[in-house]
Amino acid sequence: MADKQQPAASGNWLAAVALAWIIPGGGHLLLKRPARGGLLAACVAAMFLLGLMMRGALFQPQSGDLLTTVIYTGGFIGNLLSGILYFLTVWLGYSQPDVAGHVHDYGTKFLVGAGLLNLLAMVDAFEIATGRKD
Amino acid sequence: MPKVSLSHFEASVLFALLTSIVLGIVTKRSDRERVRYAVYCMACFMGAIFGLSWLMYLGHG
Repeated sequence: MADKQQPAASGNWLAAVALAWIIPGGGHLLLKRPARGGLLAACVAAMFLLGLMMRGALFQPQSGDLLTTVIYTGGFIGNLLSGILYFLTVWLGYSQPDVAGHVHDYGTKFLVGAGLLNLLAMVDAFEIATGRKD
Repeated sequence: MPKVSLSHFEASVLFALLTSIVLGIVTKRSDRERVRYAVYCMACFMGAIFGLSWLMYLGHG
């Protein structure tokens, strides 16, 4: 996992963060950290695919009372953070109603969790790109 | 897409494993520190899983 450390170009952080969002691990690849990028991509993809295999539900933004808005909008943003994994899933027609059962519940949480892990990867890519981290 | 049916324990451990790896990668600066932190996070997750499981079991009587 010892990536060859190269000086990070501080000007391209936006490209690195955008790529890290669209393709999990892509930001690290752009910044010449392939091992870390590969591991991040594997973890995010594994969590997302496990969520799909558990037939988790994808969130749609909903308004109403505060709790509903926070949960559904937050969940939607969490889903969206998975980047291409989320877009491909939607484009390929995945549609799972929110049904009772612990496996479906875990699946839903895994789908959001994958997006949140990718958010951490995006922040890491930002820190590398701006030279705050090797 | 195949369907999987995991128990609470299996799903929790998988979540803990993947999250621990990512936390190790993004929070530390050397590989040694990353591995140690990932193991530490995994141990904390496992402690929480077993602790809360026993708490719920005993709480239900």
